[in-house]
Amino acid sequence: MSDFFSLLLSKYNYWIYITLMMIGLYAMIAKNNLVKKIVGMNIFQTAIILFYISIGAKKGATIPIIEHAHERHGSEAGSFLVQAANYINPLPHVLMLTAIVVSVATLGVALALAIRIYNRYKTLEEDEILSQIRKE
Amino acid sequence: MKLVGVAVALLSGAFLLYATVDFPPWADPASPASLHVSPRYIEKTIEETAVPNVVTSVLADYRGYDTMFETTVIFVAGLVCFVLLRIFRTVGSEQILYRHIPTGITVRIRDHRRFPPRELKEFERIDSVWTPYDPIIKTMCRLMIPFLQLFALYVIAHGHHSPGGGFQGGVILGASFILLAVSHDLRSSLARMGEKIHTLFCPVGVLAYAGTGALCLLLGDNFLDYKALAPLLGVDSIMARSHGIFIVEVGVGIAVMATMIWIYNNLSSEGRYDEGL
Repeated sequence: MSDFFSLLLSKYNYWIYITLMMIGLYAMIAKNNLVKKIVGMNIFQTAIILFYISIGAKKGATIPIIEHAHERHGSEAGSFLVQAANYINPLPHVLMLTAIVVSVATLGVALALAIRIYNRYKTLEEDEILSQIRKE
Repeated sequence: MKLVGVAVALLSGAFLLYATVDFPPWADPASPASLHVSPRYIEKTIEETAVPNVVTSVLADYRGYDTMFETTVIFVAGLVCFVLLRIFRTVGSEQILYRHIPTGITVRIRDHRRFPPRELKEFERIDSVWTPYDPIIKTMCRLMIPFLQLFALYVIAHGHHSPGGGFQGGVILGASFILLAVSHDLRSSLARMGEKIHTLFCPVGVLAYAGTGALCLLLGDNFLDYKALAPLLGVDSIMARSHGIFIVEVGVGIAVMATMIWIYNNLSSEGRYDEGL
């Protein structure tokens, strides 16, 4: 049992993002309102972003900006040693930086589609839209 | 439907939780993601690009293709919002509402072409959804917006040495115009950043990025290999990488700013560009 708890404690970041992902997935599948589905999609994206960021973390490391690098660059850089263990992994940060802006853009497209659907059917409830489509 | 949703969510969550047994623990320095390519980026960034912020150098130089196409993605998203929503013909009400500021009386003008009370200072045009006159919010936002934009420019320009860069600064810059549209109305935002201008800025930003890459190609190097710009900029090849990253970040900032404003304007006015939220 204590084995299980130590496992849970050492990997609690994954538990958080999986819970968030389940909430988002449930909202996308089961919610009737299109705006709630979009909110679910955003929660899902947030879970993925948190997952990537948590992968990049390192114990005892700082943000990936090289310290005291202003005065030495170019040809003098050969004598300047950087320990990779002192800086957290920059790669997930780069990927998620672009993913956040892209998620805002996809949110805009989703809301634009929702506005068009509302103008056509005068509702955002999925079952009412489906019954109107069947009637046509 | 709800039961199916719960079942699918729980099932996929259970599979993922089962998979975490093989994952590295939280903040493990020896996790596989931190062992292969990222130490090389961290150790070589000063030597190869002279940019202390590793995120910026990876974003715009080592993985420049990725960022270029992400910029294209947000441009396409803005274009899709425009195509889906924009309506050019004016439909419906010709009447326009004005507020007499000292008394708070609302004046409705049927034929606004014949009688535009533009020269009268104490009238202001208001949206058809009634909003109270709020000098506190308007004054505060008017005071804040210039500093917000200055900060955005700092975030773009100082992305080499501190957390920041084109995406973050562009979003702040776009948010300043959106704040103007929220606190005043959409028309005063459009007076500062018109539809033609922000629609033009969006492809210009993407073009600044792709054009820098193409210029490197013309100067005889690989696409987006900024060391080819060294003779143009008059610096050595390492500083040329640093300056190339800056040019690209400015392009990203312009594209992101324009896309944020474009999407907001289209969504808030449902494509009519007359009245916002």
